[in-house]
Amino acid sequence: MTALLELFLVFLKIGAFSFGGGYAVLALIQKEVIENSGWISPKEFIDIVAIAEMTPGPIAVNSSTFVGYKAGAVAGSAVATLGVVLIPITISLIVSVYYNKFKHLNQVNRIIKGIRPAVLGLIAAACIKIAWASIVDIKGIIIALLTFIGVWKLKINPIIAILASGVLGVVFYGVI
Amino acid sequence: MLMDIFLTFFKIGSFTIGGGYAMLPIIQREVVDNKKWLGEEEFLDSIAVTNSLPGPLAINCATFVGYKTAGYAGAAAAALGAVLPSFLIILVIAVFFASFRENPIVEHIFSGIRPAVVALIAYALFKLVKSMGVNPLNISFSIAVLLLILLFNFHPIVTIVICGALGLFLYRKEEKQ
Repeated sequence: MTALLELFLVFLKIGAFSFGGGYAVLALIQKEVIENSGWISPKEFIDIVAIAEMTPGPIAVNSSTFVGYKAGAVAGSAVATLGVVLIPITISLIVSVYYNKFKHLNQVNRIIKGIRPAVLGLIAAACIKIAWASIVDIKGIIIALLTFIGVWKLKINPIIAILASGVLGVVFYGVI
Repeated sequence: MLMDIFLTFFKIGSFTIGGGYAMLPIIQREVVDNKKWLGEEEFLDSIAVTNSLPGPLAINCATFVGYKTAGYAGAAAAALGAVLPSFLIILVIAVFFASFRENPIVEHIFSGIRPAVVALIAYALFKLVKSMGVNPLNISFSIAVLLLILLFNFHPIVTIVICGALGLFLYRKEEKQ
């Protein structure tokens, strides 16, 4: 029971600060879940991010459900998912109710203006940490470069890019 | 009505891979064009507001649309509908993941996928930097956060709070000038 409560509180905290959507939450999960709690390993985390990329729904919700399951089975996944969305839903509701007042709040706009560039720093940090754990040799560098060029210049759909990199993985690590 | 809201967002949540901005045109089509729960302008306003709040954009947007359509119960129905599909899908995957992860071929596949995930995140970052409109002040915020986390092991939340406070302070001065 205390384990579930801890899981809930950790994800409540992650949800409360998940500004900038999507990838910024990765930095929070890295800190809270991998470094502080040890519920999953860095490699497992990257696998979860990969699966989240290929399945419907926000990355924050997908990864919370997954980590919650690893830490506390079905009850854990429910608790973690509820935790991560509770504060965002509550704040969104408050803003919807008092919408016309919020619209012109200068202070809020200035805070957001400060947080936006911070989110880029968070994503960059998460990206470097993930790269450190997942690009282990020259083959990995090649796959990463091909993927980047593929989604940037050739406008390949990210899901296709992930599937193609899985094929490359089998070829590079299984066949060669 | 509530059931309709729930099912609409359940459907949106079930078919939008990639999250965030990929969801917006689909939400717009369903909510503005098909169901006519919100006007075009009201919808765009809702994006502008919910985009700056913490939490996944799609869920924040669902809460907003749900409230505008049917009050508190509508917000709850919409949020639940938006969260439930990804929760159920990931739960099923998580249950079976441990058993096939041991397979050597699956391990090879993921050895290839992990570097690709790095590239996808790097590309998302690249697009965000372009859309932010870089100036010396905001890019120094970004670099400071990066260094504080990587070199000094700062908690991400601490860096968010510091940057929010700095924004409140610095941009006030800018407005006065």
